[in-house]
Amino acid sequence: MSRSRKNRRQSQHRWQDNLRRSLSPRIFLQRHTQVAFDSLGRLYRNRATSLMTAAVIAIALAMPSGLYLLLGNLERLSGSWDGQASMSVFLKQDVTDGKAQALVSQVGEWPGVASVQLITPAQALEEFGQQSGFADVLGVLEENPLPHVLIVLPAGEHLDPVAASALRDRFSKLPETDLAQLDLQWVQRLRAILDIAHRVILIISALLALAVMLMIGNTIRLEIQNRREEILVTKLIGATNSFVRRPFLYSGIWYGALGALIAWLVVEAGFWLLSEPVSRLAGLYHSDFSLETLPVQLLAILMTGGTLLGLLGSWLAVGRHLDAIEPT
Amino acid sequence: MIHFTNVSKRYPGGYEALSNISFHMEKGVMAFLTGHSGAGKSTLLKLVALIERTTRGQLFVDGQNVTNISRRRIPYIRRKIGFIFQEHHLLFDRTVFDNVALPLIIAGYRHQDIGRRVRAALDKLGLLNKERLYPITLSGGEQQRVGIARAVVNKPMLLLADEPTGNLDPELSREIMSLFSLFNDVGVSVLIASHDIPLIEELDYPVLSLDQGHLSHTVAGAA
Repeated sequence: MSRSRKNRRQSQHRWQDNLRRSLSPRIFLQRHTQVAFDSLGRLYRNRATSLMTAAVIAIALAMPSGLYLLLGNLERLSGSWDGQASMSVFLKQDVTDGKAQALVSQVGEWPGVASVQLITPAQALEEFGQQSGFADVLGVLEENPLPHVLIVLPAGEHLDPVAASALRDRFSKLPETDLAQLDLQWVQRLRAILDIAHRVILIISALLALAVMLMIGNTIRLEIQNRREEILVTKLIGATNSFVRRPFLYSGIWYGALGALIAWLVVEAGFWLLSEPVSRLAGLYHSDFSLETLPVQLLAILMTGGTLLGLLGSWLAVGRHLDAIEPT
Repeated sequence: MIHFTNVSKRYPGGYEALSNISFHMEKGVMAFLTGHSGAGKSTLLKLVALIERTTRGQLFVDGQNVTNISRRRIPYIRRKIGFIFQEHHLLFDRTVFDNVALPLIIAGYRHQDIGRRVRAALDKLGLLNKERLYPITLSGGEQQRVGIARAVVNKPMLLLADEPTGNLDPELSREIMSLFSLFNDVGVSVLIASHDIPLIEELDYPVLSLDQGHLSHTVAGAA
């Protein structure tokens, strides 16, 4: 049977051919690109539905990223206060100008003290009068009720909370001191609150990421059901599971990416809307603070996160539902 | 090409569609599979295409024992087989060209090769001017020919056809059968399930007859 032998040789040849073909990286890439654009085209053909799905994903992604950005800005703001954290040392009423001056030069030598500034009662009264508008009323006072105040700026290495507290304790023990107060304290409290906010946003992010994944998974599940016939036919003519899986995984990726892009636009637009009133508020505090959105980093993070969640979500759906569709 | 050794197929629920089937079909042979509906023709073809799995016995396709082949390897066996269905299973949201190209895309052919091979297959079946049409706009005979084009585009070594002429008039049926003969002439093994006895008798090919799950008689060449 020379014909059958020839056929067998041909078949073996074809068989090896097939193997080689499936391993060629160029074909592999070509195939992936094609499937990717195919999935994108499918999304475009059902653009109304796709857009709605992407919008829901976008909202779920925009929420935590917007909150994170706001938090980052608050931290930046509190960080800038940290740098100039100073200590106010109120001296006792009976301390005279001369004694206070002597004290300034004495503590100026202490380690951990960068600079000391003396505010005399007269200066303080004048400043208070100017800022409060009560100058006339204050003029009625028989004697100045304000004490001498030392504004102490800790040196760099004494800025951290523990060292700053130690320095404050040292000032408290001075016989002339009535009260030593770290202006840092409320900044620290703000920091603690921000830490809690951080945690809360982390939890919200995790939940919303899960929601995005499930949403994409569900969308893909519906798509699998709609394309049931096609899956059956392709399996019948020799499609591997990974071939059947591929378009759905790409759909998931596109949904994630599209959602991420919209989320980015939403966050940027939101911050743009906020930026004007925020700088107005900052202006009232004589600060040049303005909102920062880090658009490039945000886009990169959202895109990575979005596509990853899309891939995971569709993988979940595909794993659960694709195996169930087998030709009979 | 196809080798059955004491093969039985029992469906869940206990219905035995095939009982103790043994036969051998040589490479390059074209044969008919006949029997009343419910005799097990479709089941036999589905076993060969690994759509259904044998309950007992051994099954060889192209010299390879596929009885217990793993699910992951099934697609590669199916690529050696062109399957033609009565209801042709075309995808109605794609053009004729895209339908026929599907097996090549699955097998990972290069883009240029796909165009060439699809057109060659369409040309052979007289569908070259229909490549941009959607299957819904074609007649029943044309749809069946698209199904055949899709089955042969990959140059499979074995063609399985399940009632390929079931919905066609005698003239078209004869035309389809002569197409199968043409493929057989170039060395493709062909197994056609059909209950169109008059047409089968017109053609001089071996016949396998199934009767209620049993192979009742075989004619020269397919024993």
